[in-house]
Amino acid sequence: MAETMAAETEFLTYFQAVRLALKEEMELDPSVFLMGEDIRFSIFGPTKDLHLEVGESRVLDTPITESAFVGAAVGAAITGMRPVVEIMFADFMTVCMDQIINQAAKIRFMTGGQVKVPLVIRAPGGMLTSSAAQHSQCLEALFMHIPGLKICVPSGPVDAKGLLKSAIRDDDPVLFFEHKALYFASEEVPTDPQFTVPMGQAAVLREGEDVTVFAVSGMVSSAVSAANSLARDGISAEVIDPRTLVPLDKQALLASVRKTGRLVTVEEGCLTGGVGAEISALVTAEAWSDLKGPVVRVAAKDQPVPFSPVLEAACAPTAQTIAAAVRECVEKNR
Amino acid sequence: MPEFSEELVIRLYKTMYTIRGFEEKVSEYARTGMVPGFMIHLSVGQEAVPAGVCAALREDDYIVSTHRGHGHLIAKGARTDRMMAELKGKEAGYCRGRGGSMHITSVEVGGLGANGIVGAGLVIAPGAALSARMRGTDQVAVCFFGDGASNQGTFHEGLNLAATWKLPVVFVCENNGYGFSTPQRAHQSIGRISRRAEAYEMPGITVNGDDVMEVFLAASWAVERARSGGGPTLLEATTCRWHGHFEDDDDDYRSAEEKATFPAHDPIALLERRCIEEGLSSTAQLERIRSEVEEEIARACAFAEESEEPSPEDDAGLVFAGGER
Ligand SMILES: Cc1ncc(C[n+]2csc(CCOP(=O)(O)OP(=O)(O)O)c2C)c(N)n1
Repeated sequence: MAETMAAETEFLTYFQAVRLALKEEMELDPSVFLMGEDIRFSIFGPTKDLHLEVGESRVLDTPITESAFVGAAVGAAITGMRPVVEIMFADFMTVCMDQIINQAAKIRFMTGGQVKVPLVIRAPGGMLTSSAAQHSQCLEALFMHIPGLKICVPSGPVDAKGLLKSAIRDDDPVLFFEHKALYFASEEVPTDPQFTVPMGQAAVLREGEDVTVFAVSGMVSSAVSAANSLARDGISAEVIDPRTLVPLDKQALLASVRKTGRLVTVEEGCLTGGVGAEISALVTAEAWSDLKGPVVRVAAKDQPVPFSPVLEAACAPTAQTIAAAVRECVEKNR
Repeated sequence: MPEFSEELVIRLYKTMYTIRGFEEKVSEYARTGMVPGFMIHLSVGQEAVPAGVCAALREDDYIVSTHRGHGHLIAKGARTDRMMAELKGKEAGYCRGRGGSMHITSVEVGGLGANGIVGAGLVIAPGAALSARMRGTDQVAVCFFGDGASNQGTFHEGLNLAATWKLPVVFVCENNGYGFSTPQRAHQSIGRISRRAEAYEMPGITVNGDDVMEVFLAASWAVERARSGGGPTLLEATTCRWHGHFEDDDDDYRSAEEKATFPAHDPIALLERRCIEEGLSSTAQLERIRSEVEEEIARACAFAEESEEPSPEDDAGLVFAGGER
């Protein structure tokens, strides 16, 4: 199913799009509610003063107890509510790993399908001006390893709104990774409360013939600018944004690789065991005969994110390093 | 009972004034973009807690710090020049520019790390205390944490472990009444966090954290108890954070009336008054300390400014102890 076309739009930032999705879903469904630390204050804005619009009982500021409120969300989810919890920084998900990995992800299966876990965990990840090693991580790949968790990685306001609405309506636990550096990105966003972006459907942001660039979350816009600059040199790159990593739109990915014969993956998480590793293995197994050369992975260095701006800049991929990798991929495998 | 000698009083005053001077400079730097990052948490207004607690410690004792850690480290004896260099992300900084404000650590003065994960230190400190005991030293570990952190599971787990094993730890709760934007009454049902000590059969004490002498006396008692095998103590110091949660926080969750009461809690002014009234020090002497501190901070800023940027090539060698893998 294609995303619903909507006539009316509004120019919104990413955080405003998230806010609108939350507000609309709470208005549509009384079982949706929000929990998290300081969410009424809202450090990045998505839930700022939302309790004034939807009611005090729907937006709960919690104590600093990630295990407790994520666990409580699991408890609420299996008994008929649709909690959306915020982990202030994605890095703090490590504090409540048991609740995410052993509880939320497992309950449906372990109970033979007796209960569903309609829970959304919103978590801003990624680097943002010297936030250092415990406030900068992209942990998507870590959770891709755990069956039972769906994973959204919206790269812009429209997807942020549309995917979050799908995530809230979904009956499984969804990890919804927002990117801190995207919060102030803006575009026209559909205002129809029924507008959604379905999970498991990639977006082809730019068509191309020579190489497929599979870029995730905060890296999408850098990949697009890399592709634009390569176009001036006669290299035609197709940019794919998966939008959700679980479920993954294999069809779109494989169709593109079959056309271009080359694949570059781009992510802000670390290289080893990253999203690109999984995508690379998948494409190698399923489209081997179409590949003209090895899959190239562009990712952050295998190290904690440093504080110093000079070091931080050298740690993650940029439009320049992406362009260089794509160029090499094409030129080496003519 | 320790004496309030002139020397001790001067030391407490100097420590508090250094923390204040350092952090007011950092605040100015944060506003003008002269330090990177937006998560700079200052302890202006809270100076009496680290000053009083660390004055009760020996050089080889440990402290485990929080995201609001500048004051802890200064009070434990760290150099302000290397601290300022760290805040500017420079190679001469204590963490070679890799940590920054939130992770500022100086092991040479017994600092075991500032932490970006609220509550993490509450289980690390008992480990340092266990290590001291296993290595046969009589070192003590102090764990600083906030009222917000006292709700994490690690608080209960750490206190339970330390109490069960009678570890030489002093848990110091800097209760500034807020966890970020959340007032204490909205994040816990009790007013006095020290009451939780009862659940672990350890002493729980609440002191006026504006009064450095009161903090020092209570900390001295708890440290001595820990050192002599008596086990852990939960020491709560009520205090007041003057700035926002971090420097980019517009702090609109606290009313103007509430903010107007902050100066009345000023621990530095309080000690100044007591020094003069009780003849512990003279106005001239305090004035001299202030100008010494101001010169030190100016030198620290110049040092940080002139220091080299770190090199990305060196990062790889820092990930593992054996260098590059
Ligand atoms: C595990 C975790 N959850 C949330 C945060 C975000 N955060 C940082 S400081 C803070 C408030 C801490 O309050 P408190 O412990 O009282 O210390 P204070 O800031 O008042 O010194 C919060 C919620 C974090 N850093 N780590």
